[in-house]
Amino acid sequence: MSISTENPMLTTPFRIKGVRKETHDTFTLELESQNGKFSFEPGQFNMLYVYGIGEVPISISSDPTKPDGRLTHTAREVGVVTKAMKQMRTGDTLGVRGPFGTRWPLEEAVGRDVVIVTGGIGLAPLRPALYQLIAKRNQYRKVVLLYGARTPDEILYQKELQKWGGEFDLEVHVTVDRATGAWRGNVGVVTTLISRALFDPSNAIAMVCGPEIMMRYTIQELGKRGISNERIYVSMERNMKCAIGFCGHCQFGPMFVCQDGPVFQFNQIAPFFGKQEV
Amino acid sequence: METLETIMAKHDFLSRMKKPHLKILSGCASNVVFKPDQYIFHEGERADRFYLIRAGKVAIEIRSPEKDSITIDTVGQGEVIGWSWLVPPYRWHFDARAVELTRAIALDGRCLRTKCERDHDLGYELLKRFTNVVVQRLSATRLQLLDLYGNPLKRSKK
Ligand SMILES: Cc1cc2nc3c(=O)[nH]c(=O)nc-3n(C[C@H](O)[C@H](O)[C@H](O)COP(=O)(O)OP(=O)(O)OC[C@H]3O[C@@H](n4cnc5c(N)ncnc54)[C@H](O)[C@@H]3O)c2cc1C
Ligand code: FES
Repeated sequence: MSISTENPMLTTPFRIKGVRKETHDTFTLELESQNGKFSFEPGQFNMLYVYGIGEVPISISSDPTKPDGRLTHTAREVGVVTKAMKQMRTGDTLGVRGPFGTRWPLEEAVGRDVVIVTGGIGLAPLRPALYQLIAKRNQYRKVVLLYGARTPDEILYQKELQKWGGEFDLEVHVTVDRATGAWRGNVGVVTTLISRALFDPSNAIAMVCGPEIMMRYTIQELGKRGISNERIYVSMERNMKCAIGFCGHCQFGPMFVCQDGPVFQFNQIAPFFGKQEV
Repeated sequence: METLETIMAKHDFLSRMKKPHLKILSGCASNVVFKPDQYIFHEGERADRFYLIRAGKVAIEIRSPEKDSITIDTVGQGEVIGWSWLVPPYRWHFDARAVELTRAIALDGRCLRTKCERDHDLGYELLKRFTNVVVQRLSATRLQLLDLYGNPLKRSKK
C-alpha cells in the first residue's frame, strides 16, 4: 500500500533518521514515516523530493518483511538532486511519493534456484529481494548472488555481504574491476562469475540490475548457461517526472518504466533493449 | 586410483577431449602446488608451460608505471592460465601469483608443441579450446576497460 493512494502526486514529508556513508559517492538515508507504517514490494521505488531542488526516483533498499516504517534508500551522487541529497543530515525532511512500479519475481521463483547478478549501485534495488529470500529461505533452492564493483572500496553493504554468505546459505561471489595488493578476492567483470557459479540453469530464475551495458552482457552469459529470456528479469532506469504513467518521460519502446517497470521480464523488452533512444 | 589422465579428463578445459588426445597430453603433464603469494611465472620469463587450475585462485598481474602490481584478472578452479607457450617468442606477458593455496596440473608447452606438430588433430583441438578462452578473456577485458560503474559526474569533469 502506498502512502498517498488518493493522490499519487502528493508528497509526504519524512524525517531523516540516519545517514550512512556507504562509499565515497554513495550513501544510505534512513527515513521515518509519520504513522510508523510503509509497505512496499522488493523492486519498487519512491520519488524523493529535496525541497526547493528537485525530485528523483530512487529504489527502496530496506527490508520489506519489516514494514515498521523504517525506510531506506541508497543513492549515488551523480547530479543536482543527488548532490543535495548527499548533503542532508539527520533531522532534515525529505518529501516521499510512492511506492511505484513492479516487483522482483519472488513468487515466481519459489521452488527454483535464484541467480542474482548485479553491479555497482545496482545492488541497492535488489537488497529488499535478498531480505525476502533470506526470510523465506526454505521456499527456494540455491540462491546465488554475483556482485561486481569498481574497486574494493566501492563495494556496497560489505558487512551484509559477508553475513549473507556466511550465515544464510547464500552463495555470494564478489568481484572488482581493479585491485591492488591487499585485495584477495576475485578480479574481473561480474559476467565472468556467471560461468563459474553453481546453479541449475534448467530451473533457475535470474534477477539482474546494473548499468545497461553490464546487463546486456550478463543476459548473454545467462543465455549461454541455458537460462531463457522468460526466466530473466531486469530493472531499467529512465528519467522520470510523474511516476504514474502520465507525462511520458520514462517511455521505453511501447512501455513506461514507471508503471510497466522498473522490473521487466526480459522477453518483454528484448526487441528494444540496448537500442539507442527507445 | 586417480591417474593424471583421469583427473585431466574431469577438468572443464578438457571436457569431452578424445581419450587418445588425453593420453598424449598426460604424457606432458605433472601435478603442481603453489603456496599463497607464490609467483607461478613472471612477465618476460620463458613461457614453456600452461596450467589447469584444480583448486585455489591465481591473480594475473601487470606492473603499473609506478611499479605497483595491479591485478587485472583472477582465475580459479576449472580454468586455465597461460597461452604464451603457443605463440612465439614464448615469453609470459604478465605475472601470475597464487592468491591462496593452489593446485594445478602443469603441461609442458615444448613437449606439447612437438606433439601438436606431429598430430595436427590434437593441435587443432587445443587451438580451438585456447581460442575460446582468449576470446572470452578479451571481451571481459574490453568490458573492464569501459569502467562500467564509473560515476558520470566524475567522467563529465574530466
Ligand atoms: C526506477 C529507478 C530507480 C532508481 N534507483 C536508484 C537508486 O536506488 N539509487 C541511485 O543512486 N539512483 C537510482 N536511480 C537513478 C536516479 O534516479 C538518478 O541518478 C537521479 O535521477 C539523478 O538525478 P540528479 O539530479 O542527481 O542528476 P542529474 O542532474 O539529473 O544528472 C547528472 C548527470 O548524470 C547523468 N545521470 C543521471 N542519472 C543517471 C543514471 N541513473 N545513470 C547514469 N547516469 C546518470 C545524467 O545524464 C547527467 O549527465 C533510479 C532511477 C530509476 C528510474
Ligand atoms: S514518469 Fe511520467 S510517464 Fe513515467
